[in-house]
Amino acid sequence: MSEISVPVAGDAHPDLEHHPEEHASDRQFVKVFLGLVVVTAVEVAWAYAPWADDHAGRLATALYWGGLMLMMSFKFFIIASYFMHLRFDSKVLTRVFYAGVVLAVAVYLIVLCTFQLFSNTTPGFAP
Amino acid sequence: MTDLTAALKEELVGHDHEHVTSTGISNEKLAMWVFLGSECLLFGGLISTFILYKTRAADGQTPHQLYDILFTSISSFVLLMSSLTMVLAVSAVQRADLRAMRGWLLTTALLGVVFISGQVYEFTEFLGEGYGFTHSPAWSAFYTLTGFHGVHVTLGIVMLLSTAALSLRGHVGSHNPESVEIVGLYWHFVDVVWVVIFTVVYLIK
Amino acid sequence: MTAIDGPLALGAGDEVKTRPGGVFARPSSSTTGWRSWVTTVDHKKIGIMYGAAALFFFLIGGIEALLIRLQLATPNGKLLSADLYNQVYTMHGTTMIFLVVMPIGAAFMNYLMPLQIGARDVAFPRMNALSFWVFLFGGVVLNSSWLLGGGADGGWFNYAPNNGVIFSPSHGIDFWNMGLLLTGISSLVGAVNLITTVLNMRAPGMTLMKMPVFTWMSLVTQFLLLFAIPVLTAAQFLLMFDRLFGAQFFNVEQGADPLLWEHLFWIFGHPEVYIMILPAFGVISEIIPVFARKPIFGYPFMVFSGIAIGFMGWGVWAHHMFASGVGPISVAAFSVSTMFIAVPTGVKILNWLATMWGGKLTFSAPMMYSIGLVTMFTIGGLSGVTHAVAPADTQQTDTYYIVAHFHYVLFGGALFGFVGGWYFWWPKVFGYALGERTGKINFWILLIGFNLTFGPMHILGLQGMPRRTYTYRDGYGFNLWNFVSTVGAFTIAVSFLIFFWNIYASYRKAKKAAGGKGKKLTMPADPWDARSLEWMIPSPTPVHNFDVTPTVQSLDEFWHRKYGEDEAGRLVRIAATEDVVQKGDATDVHLPSPSYYPIVLAFGLPWITWGLIYNLWFCAFGAVFVLAGIYGWIMEPSTDPSDGHSHEDDHDDDPSGDEASAADDADEPSGDAAPTEEAALVD
Repeated sequence: MSEISVPVAGDAHPDLEHHPEEHASDRQFVKVFLGLVVVTAVEVAWAYAPWADDHAGRLATALYWGGLMLMMSFKFFIIASYFMHLRFDSKVLTRVFYAGVVLAVAVYLIVLCTFQLFSNTTPGFAP
Repeated sequence: MTDLTAALKEELVGHDHEHVTSTGISNEKLAMWVFLGSECLLFGGLISTFILYKTRAADGQTPHQLYDILFTSISSFVLLMSSLTMVLAVSAVQRADLRAMRGWLLTTALLGVVFISGQVYEFTEFLGEGYGFTHSPAWSAFYTLTGFHGVHVTLGIVMLLSTAALSLRGHVGSHNPESVEIVGLYWHFVDVVWVVIFTVVYLIK
Repeated sequence: MTAIDGPLALGAGDEVKTRPGGVFARPSSSTTGWRSWVTTVDHKKIGIMYGAAALFFFLIGGIEALLIRLQLATPNGKLLSADLYNQVYTMHGTTMIFLVVMPIGAAFMNYLMPLQIGARDVAFPRMNALSFWVFLFGGVVLNSSWLLGGGADGGWFNYAPNNGVIFSPSHGIDFWNMGLLLTGISSLVGAVNLITTVLNMRAPGMTLMKMPVFTWMSLVTQFLLLFAIPVLTAAQFLLMFDRLFGAQFFNVEQGADPLLWEHLFWIFGHPEVYIMILPAFGVISEIIPVFARKPIFGYPFMVFSGIAIGFMGWGVWAHHMFASGVGPISVAAFSVSTMFIAVPTGVKILNWLATMWGGKLTFSAPMMYSIGLVTMFTIGGLSGVTHAVAPADTQQTDTYYIVAHFHYVLFGGALFGFVGGWYFWWPKVFGYALGERTGKINFWILLIGFNLTFGPMHILGLQGMPRRTYTYRDGYGFNLWNFVSTVGAFTIAVSFLIFFWNIYASYRKAKKAAGGKGKKLTMPADPWDARSLEWMIPSPTPVHNFDVTPTVQSLDEFWHRKYGEDEAGRLVRIAATEDVVQKGDATDVHLPSPSYYPIVLAFGLPWITWGLIYNLWFCAFGAVFVLAGIYGWIMEPSTDPSDGHSHEDDHDDDPSGDEASAADDADEPSGDAAPTEEAALVD
């Protein structure tokens, strides 16, 4: 057998991330749930905001949209991080999942832009 | 002696290695997350189709005009709660409390059934008003997106009930709590998609 | 297991095996014959089946190509009507892409990836089998259209509103849709499987940056499949709902936008072309270093450029839509992004050339095909760069100039690379080598035929000959080059006849040398003096792959066990190949057991698709098999505890072989290999 050099320690499973296995307790899960309920309630109220109706200006429309998107994303992130345990698991899982999320958002946003959905032109029948 | 040197010595002597994964995550769990990553692209396509088409109805009657937001908000709350009960089921099996696990799994499934019933009710209301799947691009997109989501929920309910049943026969238990966790991942994903649908389809004007 | 006494006693030393389930019993690792193929979960057998199926569909797609060329050989061709021509070119494209090039890639990836990372199989062997059978049945469904009213006729990309029932009333497009939904499921399941395998099952010491380039390219390909297939699936459901259930997704009168189809399709469609080419890039990245006796030049750049291609491939899709009315801003943006994506591919071309530069070159058949890829793909890439210039593309689009481009990159690129891969790995897979001399003749005839067929299409396209048109009139100046192209097409056909002849003749020659019928074919483990782990085990590959999982210390691990460097940096042999290569005789290896459930599950799916088209009762029939398959699968452990462990398949067919297998079965299974993964809910 040829000379085998002594390898660097820790090489055998180089991707192994040494997390202490944390778990949220049942009480913490209930708290997260209640937080999500509150955010949902705020979302519904926001959607009916009287200051963002059909006659709203650009700032109000932006706030309306932005607020809803923010709250939606927050809920998404919280459910993924806590209920789906991503916070406590190996980063590989986070990367693989969010790769899909980011790719989907980016690609479909571009598609909607080509349909000029976010401009002032009339949506609908004409390109 | 480092892991690698030990492994080298094992190879020289002819012994095989124990099965440990390179990332430290089990194959099944990694596979479920990889799959969920792909599902984002599927639902993203249907959501974008809806966003594009939501105002396109020749007679101007779009889904938005018929929503009962209060009703749908309650549905959302039900699904959200089912995510909580799912997490409690996983917690139970990790403590080796199989009875509690089954209880929470059945509760989750029940809440799922309530959610689906709400959807079915909503669809029949719309159908009753004459707005079916074939009415216009807007309605085709609405039913397709929410229908796909509903089918995913239904498959999830089947998986929950199967898991509970399999635990009675010893196939699922304290020796493999991860299988419950993996079913849970699917269930939470379905909930998370609803989080997006609720906002994008129902709330945004 | 004890012997029974009395009249039913078996011969001394024979084992009694209890087989619950009788005829429907789960097959064991020692099953042989057709059953062993139908129930296999072995990635190597699955890889071989992908390759065989792909070659079969290649014949179908090839005949469709020859029909096209016969129709276009002269002006005012009478062979095919316009309608039939539409069907033939649609099915030719669909078949070659989904049923030939992609499955050949799958064949190589399935066979080689586990070996190159030092694993015994993939993460989910039964799911691997499922992927194959679903693919095969998808191909059957697609081609069943020929027998059931005609093939799809809207082009392989099937644009709306042409793809709707008004303009395409026959069921052809429905079969296209259903067949490709099945192949899509196959690819998606396979992607989950192979990604998990590569991330999780590498041998100790094999970091990601020590994996062979082929494995890296395959990993990128699997991620592309993972994210691209669902987009096509979404589009396909919209189309299905329109055609079969009256939805309004593409009904322009009702306010729908046909561009939605184009976007969804090409968001899939552009990553798709990288899905097709990256495995071939990986193949030649293995071959060229071996026959240049040099490591691949710039390994990190090869890896990162592959990742870059995978990444950037998501940002260029609308270059297929320059003339569709998306508007000048979109056109400009996608034109720029398309130009950028030429860069990482250029990096690869340069790296292959730099690998060859200064190396000790051997122009074996695999090497010639690899150089063929480099040159032909470069030509295709150059025409591709001209397409990226959107104003120029406005003239080129929908002409034969585009047809020339994609055949140069897909045929001259992917297929040349894959044929080289066949020549290279054939000894490893089958235990005999394909004839070198015939292989070279094969190469030259293919190269000449290929260039005769597709070279002139550049000219025809720039002269204005449109695509997808069943004939052309006399007097346009198209006659000569069309005729030349048809001659070229038949030359390609001849070259593939030579290829099949080579397989047959080489097999017979090897059988004769081995001593006639019944003798197993074996070859040296390392006939090419190669670099990666699959060459470190016997040829043909033992069923259990590695006797002992190797521990990896470097890239090109096998090479570095054979060779070191002296003080002057020159190559020095440090071990004889026979001492490094594993013997392949391990007898205590537990492998996942074969299973019927993958094919049972897969069998139900085509009936569901035919049911959606014709009659929902077929769906119910299919659903029975799907459900039976799923639940049987869940209840069955991935390794059958009553199964003997694997033993060498390489017994001679003479009676003494049975003795050896009986002796193997007599060994105690080395502890039930049932870590918690085995009892997992799904596999």
